[in-house]
Amino acid sequence: MNTTTTAASVSPRLLVTSSPHVFSGMTAARVMWDVNLSLVPALAMAVYNFGARAALVILASVLGAVFAEFIIQKILMKKPVCIDDGSAVVTGILLAFCVPAALPVWVAFIGGFIAIALGKQVYGGLGQNIFNPAHVARALLLGSWPVYMTTWLKPGAAMSSATAITDAVTCATPLGFIKIAGRDPEVIKKLSESGTSLVSHVFNELQIGFSDLFWGLNFSGSLGETSKAALLLGGIFLLIRGHITWHGPVAMCTTVFAGALIFGGSLEYAMFHLLTGGLIIGAVFMITDMVTSPMTGKGQLIFGFGCGALTLLIRMKGGYPEGVCYSILIMNSLVPLIDKFTVPRKFGTAVAKEAKA
Amino acid sequence: MLEPKSFAGGLHPPEMKLTADRAIQNLPLPDRVVLHVSQHIGAPAKPTHKITDKVNCGDVIAEAGGYVSAPVHATVTGSVIAVGNFMHPFGVPSPAIVIERDQTAQEPVYTSENGLELSVEEIKKRVQDSGMVGLGGATFPTHVKLAPPDTKPIDTVILNGVECEPALTSDHRLMLEEPDKIIAGLKLIMKVLNAKNGIIGIEMNKLDAIKVLEEKLKDVANISVQPLTVKYPQGGEKQLIYACLGRETPSGGLPMDVGVVVQNVASAAAIADAVNMRQPLLERVVTLSGNCAVNPGNYRVRIGTTVADFIQMTGGLKKDVPLKKVIMGGPMMGFALFDLNIPIIKGTSGLLCWDNEQAAQPRETACLRCGNCIRACPMGLMPQSMKQLIDNRKWEQVDKIGMLDCIECGCCAYACPSSLPLVQSFKLGKKNVMAERKKATASKG
Repeated sequence: MNTTTTAASVSPRLLVTSSPHVFSGMTAARVMWDVNLSLVPALAMAVYNFGARAALVILASVLGAVFAEFIIQKILMKKPVCIDDGSAVVTGILLAFCVPAALPVWVAFIGGFIAIALGKQVYGGLGQNIFNPAHVARALLLGSWPVYMTTWLKPGAAMSSATAITDAVTCATPLGFIKIAGRDPEVIKKLSESGTSLVSHVFNELQIGFSDLFWGLNFSGSLGETSKAALLLGGIFLLIRGHITWHGPVAMCTTVFAGALIFGGSLEYAMFHLLTGGLIIGAVFMITDMVTSPMTGKGQLIFGFGCGALTLLIRMKGGYPEGVCYSILIMNSLVPLIDKFTVPRKFGTAVAKEAKA
Repeated sequence: MLEPKSFAGGLHPPEMKLTADRAIQNLPLPDRVVLHVSQHIGAPAKPTHKITDKVNCGDVIAEAGGYVSAPVHATVTGSVIAVGNFMHPFGVPSPAIVIERDQTAQEPVYTSENGLELSVEEIKKRVQDSGMVGLGGATFPTHVKLAPPDTKPIDTVILNGVECEPALTSDHRLMLEEPDKIIAGLKLIMKVLNAKNGIIGIEMNKLDAIKVLEEKLKDVANISVQPLTVKYPQGGEKQLIYACLGRETPSGGLPMDVGVVVQNVASAAAIADAVNMRQPLLERVVTLSGNCAVNPGNYRVRIGTTVADFIQMTGGLKKDVPLKKVIMGGPMMGFALFDLNIPIIKGTSGLLCWDNEQAAQPRETACLRCGNCIRACPMGLMPQSMKQLIDNRKWEQVDKIGMLDCIECGCCAYACPSSLPLVQSFKLGKKNVMAERKKATASKG
C-alpha cells in the first residue's frame, strides 16, 4: 500500500547518496597541482643556476612521464586517461630535480618514462606503487648511465645541448669532494698538520660557504636539490595547505644532523651534511609522498628516522657520496610493516589500563 | 564562562547555520499524519487501532513492543484511515498508522504541576508513557537510559546542546527560547538518576545560548554550562563526555559505564513536558534550510507530518531553483530522501532542500594513502584500511580493526581527497560484522 498526500504528491527525481553530503573540496588532482606549484621556487633556482639546459632536462623528464602515463592508460589498460591529475608531472619534475643538469635530454626522457612505467603503472597506477617512482627511475638511470649521472655541470657555465661536456664546465659536488678528500691519506695528513677541518678544506677548494649551500649558489649538484631555501619555501607551502605533516621531514633531518654531530664530531660537519646533497629535497618532497610513506604521524617519524640513518650510513661508510635515494627506496619497502605497527589507539581502549593503575 | 574543551580528531566543515536567528514558529496542524511504529531504536511498537477507529490527539495508537521500545501517540485528533506499510526515512517500507485530522476537533489542554515533587518511579513512568526517545537523532528510548542497573551509578548528567551538525539550529533556538524548560528537564533527569552534577555542553559558536543558560543557572551550584571548541563531531556522545569530563567511554560500552547519562537539550525540554504536564511526545522543532526552501527557519511541527506537507506549510519550494537532494537530519549524518511523502519522525532534527550546486557529488578516484581519514577520525580508527578489508570481504579482520567503534560521523569521507564512499562502506561493514558475530554465537551455542 502506498500513501498519497495532499500537497506535492509527485516528488521530483531526487539524488540519494550515503552520508556525508558535504565534502572538503580537496581532490587528488588539487593535491598534485599544489605539489607542482610548491616545486616552482626550486625550479626557478635550477634554471638560474644551470640555465636553459635545466629547463630542457625538466621538460624532457616531464614529457617522458606524462607520455608513459598516457599510453599505458589509453592503450595498454584501456582505462580513462588521468594525466590531468598532475601526478605524472610531479614525478617528472622530481626525477629531473635528482639528476645532473648535464644529463642528455633523451636520457631524461627515458627516465621520466620508466619512472611512471616501472615505478607506478606496473603496480596498478596512482596510489598503488610501493616505491617512490622518481627514485626508482633515478636508481635505474644511475645503474644504466653512471657517467652521465655523475657528470656535474658548473653553475653558470653555459652549455647548449650540442656542446660536448668538457672538464671546463664540470666540477665536483660538495659531497663528492668530501668523500674523495676524506679517503685521501695525504689530504688527511696535511689537514691535521695545519689544523684545518675537512669541511673547511672542501669550502676552500670549492670557494663556497654555508650561505652558498643554503641559498644554492656557486656549487654543483642535482639540478633541483641545490637551493635549500627554495625547497623549504615549497615545503612550507605544502605544510600550510595541509598536504604534508612535519613528522617525516623533521625526523629525517634531525637524524642526519644529530648522527653527523655524534659520529663526525663537529657542528660544522653536521651542518655540512644537513645542507648538502639531496637531504632537503628528499625530506621535504620524497619521503612526504603520500603513496609511499606511512599513514600516521608516528609511522612517519619512524620512516623519517630510518631514511636519515641510512642516508648518513651511506654517506659516511658507503661507496656512494650520497645516500638519500637508496635510503628512501629501502625504507619504502618497510612502509607496510611500519603501518602495521603504528596503528593508532582506538578511542575507548585506555579505560582498562587506567582502571588497573 | 569556563575554559572551552574538546576532543582529539574531528574537523571543521562549513557551519552553514543560516537559520540561527530565526525564532521557532508553530506550524498549523497537518490534515493527515503518518505515524511509523519504528521511530526509535529497539522493538517496533504494536498498533492498537484499526481503520475507521476514532482517536484523540495524545492517545496511544501503538504500544511499546518490549522494554527497549516506545509507544506511539496520535499527534492529531481524527480517524485512522490506513494501517500498513509506508516508506520510512531509512529507505525501507515499515508499518505505520495514518490518521486524517478531524477539522472541528479541539486541541487537548494540559495542566502543569511540579514534577520534582513526584516520586522517582512516577517520573520514570510518565517519561516511558510519553513515548520519549532521544531527539538528537539517535532515538534511543529515554526511559531505558533513565534506568541504569544498580552496578552503574551515575554521577553526572550531560545535556547535549552542541548541535555540531552544519545547517541545524533547532537546538540552538530552543536553548535561547525555552531555557527554563531545558533546565527543568535536566533537574528531573538528575533526580531520577540521583546524579550529583549536571553539565550543559554548548559549542562556542552559540555564545548567546551559553550566556542565557549561565544567567539562569547562576544560583544553581551543581549545574554548569561547559563551553566547547567548535569542532565536528563535538556532539558525538563519546566525544562530548570526553570533552566535559576527560572520561573515555570504553570501546563497545555505554556512557553509564563511566557514570554518565547524556540527553539532548530538546529531549530535556520534552521530558519536562512529559513529566510536569503529562504531555506525550507530539511535536518537535525541525530546522528547514537549503537553497530551494522559500522560508528557511525553525518550525515546531507535529510528528507524522509528511515532508511534502511540512515544506508546503512553511511556504514551499522556490519555483526557479530545481530541487536535487532532500536530506533528513544534518549534512554530515542525515539521510537523503528519495520521496517527499515520507513523514517527519521523532528523531528528525532538520530538513535540507538542496539544489544542484549544493548536492554536487565529487568523483571517486584512487586512494592516495594520504592519511587524512586517520587524522580526522575521532574514534582513533583507520578508515582507509577498514574500507580495504570490507572491499575484500574479510569480515573477521573488519571486526578486529574496530568496525563497531565507528560512529558514522562522516569525518573520514569529508576529508578524503579521493572521495571514497567510506561511510557507505562502513554501514555495509557493520551489518556484515554483526551478522558474522550472530552466526558465531549461534554455532557455539
